[in-house]
Amino acid sequence: MTNSITDLGQADCFLITGTNTTENHPVISTFIKRAVTQRGAKLILVDPRNIELGKFAAVWLRQKPGSDVAWINGLMNVIISEGLLNEKFVAERTENFEALKETVAKYTPEYVEKISGIPAEDLKKAARLYAKSGASAIVYAMGITQHINGTDNVKSLANLSMLTGQIGRPGTGVNPLRGQNNVQGACDMACLPGNLPAYKKVTEAADRKPFEDAWGVALPDKPGLTIPKIIDGAGKGTVKALYVMGENPMMSDPDLKHVEKALANLDLLVVQDIFLNETGNLAHVVLPTAGWAEKDGTYTNTERRVQRIRKTVNAPGESKPDWEVITLLANKLGAGWQYASAQEVFEEVRKVTVSYGGITYERIENVGLQWPCPNTEHPGTPILHAAAFTRGKGLFSVCEHIDPAELPDSEYPLLLSTGRILYQYHTATMSRRSKGLVSRTPQPFVEIHPDDAARLGIANGDRIEVSSRRGSIEVVAEVNGRCDKGVVFIPFHYSEAAVNRLTSAVFDPVANIPEYKVSAVRIKKVA
Amino acid sequence: MVITIDGKKCEFAAGQTVYEVAKANGIYIPVLCHHEQIKPVGACRVCVVEVEKARSLVASCAMPAEDGMVVNTNTPRVLSSRKLSVELLMTQGHHKCITCESSGDCVLQDLAYSLGVEAPRFEEPAAYRELEQANEMIVRDMNKCVLCGLCVRACNEVQVNQVLDYTGRGPTAAVGPAFGLKYEDSDCVFCGECVRVCPVGALFEKQGRFQGRGDDLEKVRNTCAYCGVGCQLDVNIKDNRIVKITTPREDAPAPNYGSLCIKGRFGYDFVGHEDRLTTPLIRVDGELKEATWDEAILYVADKLNTIKKEHGPDAIAGLSSARCTNEENYLFQKFLRAVIGTNNVDHCARL
Ligand code: SF4
Ligand code: SF4
Ligand code: SF4
Ligand code: SF4
Repeated sequence: MTNSITDLGQADCFLITGTNTTENHPVISTFIKRAVTQRGAKLILVDPRNIELGKFAAVWLRQKPGSDVAWINGLMNVIISEGLLNEKFVAERTENFEALKETVAKYTPEYVEKISGIPAEDLKKAARLYAKSGASAIVYAMGITQHINGTDNVKSLANLSMLTGQIGRPGTGVNPLRGQNNVQGACDMACLPGNLPAYKKVTEAADRKPFEDAWGVALPDKPGLTIPKIIDGAGKGTVKALYVMGENPMMSDPDLKHVEKALANLDLLVVQDIFLNETGNLAHVVLPTAGWAEKDGTYTNTERRVQRIRKTVNAPGESKPDWEVITLLANKLGAGWQYASAQEVFEEVRKVTVSYGGITYERIENVGLQWPCPNTEHPGTPILHAAAFTRGKGLFSVCEHIDPAELPDSEYPLLLSTGRILYQYHTATMSRRSKGLVSRTPQPFVEIHPDDAARLGIANGDRIEVSSRRGSIEVVAEVNGRCDKGVVFIPFHYSEAAVNRLTSAVFDPVANIPEYKVSAVRIKKVA
Repeated sequence: MVITIDGKKCEFAAGQTVYEVAKANGIYIPVLCHHEQIKPVGACRVCVVEVEKARSLVASCAMPAEDGMVVNTNTPRVLSSRKLSVELLMTQGHHKCITCESSGDCVLQDLAYSLGVEAPRFEEPAAYRELEQANEMIVRDMNKCVLCGLCVRACNEVQVNQVLDYTGRGPTAAVGPAFGLKYEDSDCVFCGECVRVCPVGALFEKQGRFQGRGDDLEKVRNTCAYCGVGCQLDVNIKDNRIVKITTPREDAPAPNYGSLCIKGRFGYDFVGHEDRLTTPLIRVDGELKEATWDEAILYVADKLNTIKKEHGPDAIAGLSSARCTNEENYLFQKFLRAVIGTNNVDHCARL
């Protein structure tokens, strides 16, 4: 997030899109709901599903899945043509405005209505609200990124915030909500094929140098493989060994049949986890680890706040914290690492990671600090881009609408979106072992619009087979008005009905994110 | 601007209540139906104080401070009024502290004790109400409810879930979901905010029942294991077992200021679950068999060495986890880059 969670409460207007906040980031949704009900902030919701936040929305734009660049360009078209842009901000802090203006010129509200299904008048209303409010915050999540053009979607939102100067101040910004507890930290720590810690580039000699000095070895300069490429490599036999720490690609990755075949082809599959999950079942070696509340360490939340977890209870049996296991293995391979505690590892992290430099366990004993925090006097950074962007001037990127990779057709007439629900979490290895959570949503389901259900003779509670070109699963029908006609939604938490047997392995070319929000399926009642 | 509380001159800013000014200046005024994140209603009368020139006692939680005001917080008149209020609250229900989950951590118990209530002057109601404990998370014991309304106001003002409301009047007055529904049959999303703010033992965590209370429990601050909000919470343990998850009733830190969702508050039982892995496993003849750490580490190291020798470091890849710590993610990529010699490391950020 460019801004902070607390700071969201100060917004006068929210543009919320591709996040079912009340279910997936429930506590953040409370800041939004309070701002709306207690301060009169205006909420613009852009979502294909009729989600809970709709109750709080001043305007709800129901776009067709996969039309995000179009409606965002449409908002900018209205803002420019009605003179609602922030000319001073555009002139002083941005570049490439003319190209943006030229591109969005054709995205008139009427043209956007044809692509997205959003009524032209509603789009205009939303544009005015966002541009004219004192402080407008954009909040988004995977509904924006899990598309073949997810990167363009994100850039378009950034364009919108710069065009109106709704960034760098309290209550504004472009705020992605990160799904998992430490997804931000895993990125910061460079568990990414092209990066070194703090987003240094493996391809740049000058970036590698400090790490080569600190670690005492020459580092590889060729970017590594992303998850889909690793899976492909395993299938083709170019990747021989895969080490999986706390991950479950046999549930979370698209087109699971393909994943299973690829993993079976490996010479060595090591899985390090707290439970024997679907991936562990295929492993050659399984290593048991200490989990949450059983070890010390830090997580970095979605607002870049580095916070502690603490060893509170003993881990079961022989299991060890992951950092200890990696250290054992590294030393067996001759690395000579000497870490006696998680804190000692963190001390090394902050020496080599500039943005974490000023964060110590002592300083975050009671309240976490937000990076960048370069030295121990620095208070942390609640709002990014206040005076300048990372690259100096903000660059308007030019994005055009493209269709999703697989749209419904006569054979597979329904559009499938996948996602999470309040009561479960990710591949559910944790949440499905919790009595309370299980009691709320014991079985996998599909949300269907009443009209589609009626046409297919489906009633609430019926068992349904859902099929795509890649596979099929069985789930229970939940007939409600949350999805639009022609669209179905299935959460991805349930291994007995793993929805990623249906999704397709098509990716955004830049970010390599799979298009989980759009695949074509058909459904029928199971006799 | 200045007011005088118990003889002490206290500076204050416009909009502050007498209670807030006192608290900020280290002067203790007890409260029961008040919470710092919730609009004051001044209903329980426990926080009454004497204001010079005012005819009756005033509820300090709802009284805006005014320049020059002179306030006394523990005159005999204040104490006897407070005591009467507490006795009335006590006799609204059945307060059997012996087996109450809140004993040792209860606003009413503390008040009765500190005000020296030997035995309340009034009769307890005859009817004893069944506990509502069908769902797996929250138990409601309305015999202990003091109708402070904090649960209703927290559900509406803090979480904005709009589930709880006041029902009935006089002797039938109650709090709960609309139409007298049970929590599990209403729109309740089990965020547990109502449990957090309840000053007594009327709402409590089901799985923690009879597992430990008050000083039996050790509280260890942690960051939630689930989503990226990173809520701060206290893991309550006894004998190396998690009894329940709580958050501070007041003065809770960012980013969540004491609020949680169902996952953070009630989704912890995976931790000690019987399915947990307890020993390394190595596949022998197609089956995973128990092994020692030495055997497992040696097996992996040998294989990695051989593969690296025969096919080069880029034949090896690692997937890390958005659920592991920063320290672990750091070491994981360092292992692949500095020890193996490949940049083939990624994690599930995109999924
Ligand atoms: S709610 Fe408080 S006063 Fe009532 S029984 Fe429980 S501990 Fe005692
Ligand atoms: S658990 Fe949350 S939603 Fe349910 S009644 Fe309590 S405060 Fe309201
Ligand atoms: S249940 Fe607790 S919080 Fe709610 S009114 Fe009763 S005593 Fe107050
Ligand atoms: S309590 Fe809920 S909102 Fe907070 S971090 Fe945990 S899962 Fe996220």
